[in-house]
Amino acid sequence: MSTNPSTPGIAAGRLSAAQVASNFSDLHPPLTDHEARVAADRCYFCHDAPCMEACPTSIDIPLFIRQISTGTPEAAAHTIFSQNILGGMCARVCPTETLCEEVCVREEAEGKPVIIGQLQRYATDRLMARGGHPYARAASTGKSVAVVGAGPAGLACAHRLAMHGHDVTLFDARPKGGGLNEYGIAAYKAAGDFAQQELDWLMGVGGITCAYDQRLGDNLALDALQAEHDAVFLAIGLAGVNAMTVSGAHDADISAVDWISDMRQSPNKTDIPVGRNVVVIGGGMTAVDAAVQAKLLGAETVTIAYRRDKAAMAASVFEQDLASSKGVRILYNAAPKSLTADSITLARTETRDGKLVETGEEMTLPADQVMRAIGQTLEGAPDILALENGKIYVNETGQTSVDGIWAGGDCATGGEDLTVTAVAEGRDAAEDIHNRLMGKG
Amino acid sequence: MADLSSEFIGIKSPNPFWLASAPPTDKEYNVRRAFEAGWGGVVWKTLGEAGPPVVNVNGPRYGAIHGADRRLLGLNNIELITDRPLEVNIEEITRVKKDYPDHAVVVSLMVPCEEGPWRDILRRLEDTGADGVELNFGCPHGMAERGMGSAVGQVPEYIQMVTEWVKKHSDFPCIVKLTPNITNILYPAKAAMDGGADAVSLINTINSITSVNLDTFAPEPTIDGWGAHGGYCGPAVKPIAMNMVAEIARNPETAKLPISGIGGVTTWRDAAEFMALGAGNVQVCTAAMTYGFKIVQEMISGLSQYMDEKGISNVSDIVGRAVPNAKDWQDLNLNYVTKAVIDQDKCIKCGRCHIVCEDTSHQAIWMHEDRTFEVNDAECVACNLCVNVCPVEDCITMRELDLGEIDERTGKKVEDYANWTTHPNNIGASCG
Repeated sequence: MSTNPSTPGIAAGRLSAAQVASNFSDLHPPLTDHEARVAADRCYFCHDAPCMEACPTSIDIPLFIRQISTGTPEAAAHTIFSQNILGGMCARVCPTETLCEEVCVREEAEGKPVIIGQLQRYATDRLMARGGHPYARAASTGKSVAVVGAGPAGLACAHRLAMHGHDVTLFDARPKGGGLNEYGIAAYKAAGDFAQQELDWLMGVGGITCAYDQRLGDNLALDALQAEHDAVFLAIGLAGVNAMTVSGAHDADISAVDWISDMRQSPNKTDIPVGRNVVVIGGGMTAVDAAVQAKLLGAETVTIAYRRDKAAMAASVFEQDLASSKGVRILYNAAPKSLTADSITLARTETRDGKLVETGEEMTLPADQVMRAIGQTLEGAPDILALENGKIYVNETGQTSVDGIWAGGDCATGGEDLTVTAVAEGRDAAEDIHNRLMGKG
Repeated sequence: MADLSSEFIGIKSPNPFWLASAPPTDKEYNVRRAFEAGWGGVVWKTLGEAGPPVVNVNGPRYGAIHGADRRLLGLNNIELITDRPLEVNIEEITRVKKDYPDHAVVVSLMVPCEEGPWRDILRRLEDTGADGVELNFGCPHGMAERGMGSAVGQVPEYIQMVTEWVKKHSDFPCIVKLTPNITNILYPAKAAMDGGADAVSLINTINSITSVNLDTFAPEPTIDGWGAHGGYCGPAVKPIAMNMVAEIARNPETAKLPISGIGGVTTWRDAAEFMALGAGNVQVCTAAMTYGFKIVQEMISGLSQYMDEKGISNVSDIVGRAVPNAKDWQDLNLNYVTKAVIDQDKCIKCGRCHIVCEDTSHQAIWMHEDRTFEVNDAECVACNLCVNVCPVEDCITMRELDLGEIDERTGKKVEDYANWTTHPNNIGASCG
């Protein structure tokens, strides 16, 4: 009998290629014109809209939705891109349920917000499908900026700087750009190789030179960048993973981040091995992304073990419900205790007087694969930069402790570790760099 | 259950819901389906002279205004009167009436503005068993260019003249259908009455261009690159129609003239509103053309429930109930003072009341730091705009100030009824 979800151990190809392709298609299929008009009609065009306030990039949401409702999604896309050049990706990956849609007055009114994320995708898809690039560069300033890290923060910064007429060299340690958009998020959120399409489209502004396989502190030196460029922006993300010691040894105790990255790079995903019984340790978006994708690849059982309770989980209720709907079991108050070659023992916990304590109860689950998704850490930050709470310290305009060096995205202090926050930080740092280079700052 | 049976100028029908003269009543097939579905009566689509019938365009006849989910709000048409031979229509009317003796069958007519053609067509109807005739003086497109339809309806003298011919050459109860494309509906209504009409029906469609194609720069519906104005109807025209009905009903000279109300009637509630403003029954077209004949079942059940709840046993008891309350502006109580009140529990904080008041009205709604909204009674003129734009039903309401209460805006006490005719600012009033 061929490989299937019940095949013991770890195996690739538990489901047919067709089934996998279907499983990894768009989480939300694109809206049709009519669906978009109907959805847009639900927007009340609020004054001083709460959704706009909740958006880290401050997109004028009521305006872009009104532009959709009047049959001009391209104009809507301009409204979006003027604030957030990665509006296409953010439309797909933003946890809108905890941002714009959470504060939508229709959420307050009837528990059903305007589907802002899907409308944003409708508009941005429309303009991007036209080809070309919507922005023209300003006249060359003769200044050059090094942007290290081609993830959301780096791309947003590079684009804004290029628009202002600066020459940008965009470095990345990996063989492709995109950062977490390309390597980190669940495949069904960016179906159809969207991360690379968006990157190519963004480069259409001109003035950005990409240099891949360039790792800071390895084959890329900060002092050289400082010497060769008028400014440096660091957006190196969080390359390390948190350490956690669990007694015993497991045959397949892996990093969820690495597993997701491998899976994202696999063209059809049927070559990615997945356990019959998978246990994911963690409570954030990465844990959900890993667990759901393991299930979509055909794992028979997938369990997320999170040491705290449901309310404390970093993954939103929407994400938790998504996981449940795909057949993932979420065990709350279950902390990893020990491992054997093919099982994991979890200690049940509870919160007493504000402290998490073990209850003494334990449970052991069969586990062919244990995926750790317990958070990422800053790795490889240049020594000359001051850190704060394990991140590169930046002020409100993105300047680090060293003059001429800015930073943003997950590697820097401030804001949540979200794509949309990274875009805002990259954009704002670019404006600050621009002002400085043009003598306005 | 309430008795919905209706008698309008002596014409009986099981209920007051008739189908207006229009495409739904052009053929025996349609009319039989309408009666089976529950319609109380029909006004058969307008017949013209014997001989070669009119022809219609062979491109689109209708244009529409849609809401976001393509809900049809207004419909425009450039269809003419029946394009089927007179003989065929006469035969069908006769057969239908014979099979549905308890249902109302009124025949709409439009022939050239000469006595002979009117006499002739009335003679052709004599043996059909039809319950009455409706004179189409309303159609605003096509036929008007040939001196018929609204071309007659816009000249009160013609209305009176033709009505007199009709009364002279037949015993049919005669309804004159009025066009809204005039300056004052009272002139044509009075002309119809003076000519001996038993009733008027209104409104016919309103001259309109529904949209312009911005690629071809042609009005729609577009026939081979050109468009002609058509007649507008449907829910969008209801407020215009109701005002015209009310004008006739509350005018002392025309108050006794029976009215068949037409214009955007879509639900039982629309029908009841028309009747309250003086319509003895209603005629429906667009709603049927949008949803099919079955909608009459909701109209029947809705009106029945309303009448039962209000203890009204006969539909005629609704007719005209709102007429005494339809007044001139100068009659309105200027000492009636209200203030908007925002229910903080219902408010969803969209801020629209604030921004429209701030931008376009009286700066009478505060937006506080915590995104709560509050009415400033010292500025509120009770215009009602906030109530109208608020997306939440009953979130903003109007509180009536008691007699003797201070209006914070004017600093004056609320006094007894007084209107403009006696107001000190009214120079004309002080002469009295």
